[in-house]
Amino acid sequence: MTTVVLKNLVKAYGNTQVLHGIDLEIKSGEFVVLVGPSGCGKSTTLRMIAGLEEVTSGEIQIGGNLVNDLEPKDRDIAMVFQNYAIYPHMTVRKNIGFGLRTSKLSKTERDQRIDEVAAILELTNLLERKPNQLSGGQRQRVAMGRAMVRNPSAFLFDEPLSNLDAQLRTQMRLEIKKLHQRVGNTIIFVTHDQVEAMTMADRIVIMKDGVIQQVGTPLEVFYQPANTFVARFIGAPSMNMLNGEVGGEDLQLDNGTRMSVPLNKLSKGQKITVGLRPDDLLVKENEGLFSGKVSLVEPLGSDTLAYVDVNGTEVIAKASGRFPPAIGDRVNLHSAAENIHLFDSNTGEAIQ
Amino acid sequence: MTAADSLDHNSQMTSLRSAAKRKRSQAQFIRWLLLFTGGIAMVMPIIYMLSTSLKYPFEVYNLNLIPEEPTLDNYRYVLEDGRFFGWFTNSLVIATVTTLCNVLFDSLVGYVLCKYTFPGRYIVFIAILSTLMIPTEMLVIPWYLMSSAFGWLDTYWGIMFPGLMTAFGTFLMKQFFETVPDDFLEAARIDGLNELQIWWTVAMPLVRPALAALAIFVFLGNWTAFIWPLIVTNSQEMYTLPVGLTTFSVEAQVEWELIMTGAAISTIPTLIVFLIFQRYIIRGVVMAGLKG
Ligand SMILES: Nc1ncnc2c1ncn2[C@@H]1O[C@H](COP(=O)(O)OP(=O)(O)O)[C@@H](O)[C@H]1O
Ligand SMILES: [Mg+2]
Repeated sequence: MTTVVLKNLVKAYGNTQVLHGIDLEIKSGEFVVLVGPSGCGKSTTLRMIAGLEEVTSGEIQIGGNLVNDLEPKDRDIAMVFQNYAIYPHMTVRKNIGFGLRTSKLSKTERDQRIDEVAAILELTNLLERKPNQLSGGQRQRVAMGRAMVRNPSAFLFDEPLSNLDAQLRTQMRLEIKKLHQRVGNTIIFVTHDQVEAMTMADRIVIMKDGVIQQVGTPLEVFYQPANTFVARFIGAPSMNMLNGEVGGEDLQLDNGTRMSVPLNKLSKGQKITVGLRPDDLLVKENEGLFSGKVSLVEPLGSDTLAYVDVNGTEVIAKASGRFPPAIGDRVNLHSAAENIHLFDSNTGEAIQ
Repeated sequence: MTAADSLDHNSQMTSLRSAAKRKRSQAQFIRWLLLFTGGIAMVMPIIYMLSTSLKYPFEVYNLNLIPEEPTLDNYRYVLEDGRFFGWFTNSLVIATVTTLCNVLFDSLVGYVLCKYTFPGRYIVFIAILSTLMIPTEMLVIPWYLMSSAFGWLDTYWGIMFPGLMTAFGTFLMKQFFETVPDDFLEAARIDGLNELQIWWTVAMPLVRPALAALAIFVFLGNWTAFIWPLIVTNSQEMYTLPVGLTTFSVEAQVEWELIMTGAAISTIPTLIVFLIFQRYIIRGVVMAGLKG
């Protein structure tokens, strides 16, 4: 099994630096997801681990060995690409077996290996087909089979699900997770979709503009976001953010409302940002942190999302599904104290 | 709207529709006429070639399509003439070797220019492209001087060397390699193939339609090449077919029926090449269409 360690990894294209010193330790057998908006450097990081991009500075260690100058093939990794990279002119069997071309196995051993992998991925009946006779999900599985057949110590995935429709994506998400539980190899998975990250990862690495924002388990990044970027990136709909200033005994929001929050970690006059997840901000009859007027409702069945205008700031709150508020209603919005996130407005860092 | 109105309206619609139909069939007719004329213009020389090859000398200057006394004598004469067979072989060897070399070298260079970044890549590419703008007639003299300096005059090598790689082919292949996703190559790289293996097992099969097109162009070009083979060869044995065919005319008088017979026979290999590679081109198009 294999650890992957990145030390102060920097990548520059010409004069443009796109990764600004990535530090990350991935444990053996861990499922790590790199997530972040498009262009933040996830693929670049992954491709450097694979050996497809040169390292500008810093170190990459795989299984304890420095691999900066090793060819991709000598790093004992396999990669699954976004558009699968399975060859249209070869059958499924050939495609899966492609990774074994340079191995020293005999023909029978190879075929055996291919059959094993095909069985795991339920591709046994499709082995003689060409890729253009396969569905998107099946092609995806062939690409995974091709990666698995060499039994590498680490798998790298670069947005492998983004070409699939929503339903298939959910299904493949589960299958990849199951596969990981079964084979136990280290997996580094890149996606821009926070739902994928939350559902699959042992640990999530959230990146922005070539810098890691936070590394943590799905629950950590959800419940203890390190900064406003992470707080808004993880969870849907995004966390409501309200700016304000610490007053004598409560918080004065910029829109004029006052809100009482525990003040023990705050100093008077400090500019802070209050984060409230829509799921935690409930429409109530009588008690509330503040109140506002409903401007739009989105029924989701079990709940209703209420868009509430609080003195000119729009916040999203959760209301009953069965008895939703009507547009124009004045409602109170309440959140339990432990669900209120506080951030320093100047730095964006969480106040803990 | 009253019933009368609507009736009127209806008949108006009908007449409009039939007018539209008439217009459409007129356009159809014009299109058909143009294509037909073009087709005739292209096929006529070939028909005359076949017709003349079936005529006796006395009839050659009658422009009738059907010979009054059709004969296969010309074919017998040409095929029994040992020179014709020699020229045919020369042409076949030269066109085949040149085609294979082009398919190989053009795609190698095109691949490198397309898929690798290295300093000076752009300059190399422009340099190759700019040779496209120099007409063959201008190149013939330096080629000749080169051949004579190296002792290549009147040899296969001398006939072939200028065409073993072409700028056009390199350009064509470079453009086609753009359609091969980089992921395909990188995936193979991770699987441990070396660069030459990647080119051969991954990239080349994916540009097969382009290779087929290139093969057809190069084969036809070399099969019909005239100026350079004429200049570089001295002895009759080294002539290519087009050069040799003209010697039917320079002896006593122009023997059109023999030239046409030779020309008719010489179209056969080009037809075969076309039929073989055309399949790949069509299949390539179909494959690209199905790709999801
Ligand atoms: N070959 C390249 N040359 C120049 N800039 C590049 C190159 N590849 C990627 N970049 C830049 O690096 C940044 C990170 O890209 P990438 O890692 O692909 O982002 P992500 O995968 O997170 O969407 C982007 O701003 C992109 O424009
Ligand atoms: Mg990417």
